[in-house]
Amino acid sequence: MIRLFWRDITLAFRSGGGFGLGLGFFLILVTLVPFGVGPDSAQLQIIAPGILWVGALLACLLSLDRMFALDYEDGSLDLLLTAPIPLEGVVAVKALAHWITTGLPLVIAAPALGFLLHLDMAAYKWLIITLLVGTPALSFIGAFGAALTVSLKRGGLLMSLLVLPLYIPTLIFGAEVVRRGAEGFLVGTPLALQAGITAGAIALLPFAAAAALRVAAR
Amino acid sequence: MSFNMNSIWEWANPRKFMRWTDKALPVVAVLAAVVFVAGLVWGFFFTPDDYRQGATVKIFYIHVPAAMMAINIWAMMLVTSLIWIVRRHHVSVLAAKSAASIGMTMTLIALITGAVWGKPMWGTYWEWDPRLTSFLILFLFYVGYMALWEAVENPDTAADLTSVLCLVGSVFAILSRYAVLFWNQGLHQGASLSMDAEENVADVYWYPALVCIAGFVLLFIALVLLRTRTEIRARRLHAIELRERAENA
Repeated sequence: MIRLFWRDITLAFRSGGGFGLGLGFFLILVTLVPFGVGPDSAQLQIIAPGILWVGALLACLLSLDRMFALDYEDGSLDLLLTAPIPLEGVVAVKALAHWITTGLPLVIAAPALGFLLHLDMAAYKWLIITLLVGTPALSFIGAFGAALTVSLKRGGLLMSLLVLPLYIPTLIFGAEVVRRGAEGFLVGTPLALQAGITAGAIALLPFAAAAALRVAAR
Repeated sequence: MSFNMNSIWEWANPRKFMRWTDKALPVVAVLAAVVFVAGLVWGFFFTPDDYRQGATVKIFYIHVPAAMMAINIWAMMLVTSLIWIVRRHHVSVLAAKSAASIGMTMTLIALITGAVWGKPMWGTYWEWDPRLTSFLILFLFYVGYMALWEAVENPDTAADLTSVLCLVGSVFAILSRYAVLFWNQGLHQGASLSMDAEENVADVYWYPALVCIAGFVLLFIALVLLRTRTEIRARRLHAIELRERAENA
């Protein structure tokens, strides 16, 4: 399982692996927003938490279809299915690798992009913390969506339709933490709820994703 | 219905299902039409106008039952999907598939009638109120569920995948329902038809509303039976076509 983890990470870093693609998308999205809503810094400051969270969400979504699709095409998923490790573990490892190659760079890049959007100084700390707590949930929920649509030829668009509604609770709590942090309110409740969603997603969704993968490989 | 009933699962045998629904469907359909028309006529023409809301209050004879059905149909899909996963009864999962588009329509009816009422009363067609928002999310879940059914070619694979999606979706639908409460305070009034609430809507509105709810439930049962029968026939037709193609080859 550890080897599988390193395999996924190396594959992602190699050329054509899609590493950095999500990051670039995140940057472009944040650049586009001021063109859409105007360069007024007070206005940007208000919408910055929401834009950063929605951007992280979409950037995460962009690289999801690679999680199982490539393995499904070249047959290595069949090997993983017959391997002497539980498929649930495989899903969890792959989701973790996805988080390290997509979620973690987003967490690191987000403060710089927050700077572009004139994010309130008090909110930086909470932006990093909430992304750190919330993005694993995005990867694990995404793993479920990717597993559902892996056997479809053009599953990418359908997957976003299936996955994005599942992202709503994470998004609500994440943006709420940053917004409250910016205004100096207490952030404990939404942060705890978000951590709960992440923990629940990590604990339960690998089973659902593995069930979907078994159906797809049948 | 002369067959011997050994267990509840016999109802799910496709042939027996077709036989008993053949007799039950006309009865339920006529009953649904009668109750539906009776409830609406009573509600629209024989109840007084509200002293503040005027005649607009009468849209609730459609709005409230449709909203209740929108939620309950998803719950029914959850149960039938579970039955499919555990016992693999094809009729069960086909009923879930048939119910999805009805549920989506109910959600849409609730949203649109709410918007029509909201304009004169709240001064806006749409507000990001928790109840309204969670209905929009529910609508998205219905759309995703139906899209997945359409996308997968093999019917058994589609049934399995949509059932898993229904289970996971239910959890996240409930999560979203309470998450949006956190995110915005509402304009929407609280429940006014609950059995346990101290202050409910006045009896003069309450009884026709009950009749309308019964009408919607009957309408749903009639539609879901009809659509499930259609799905079973479509399966049979597909099987016949495959067999003929195999014989000709």
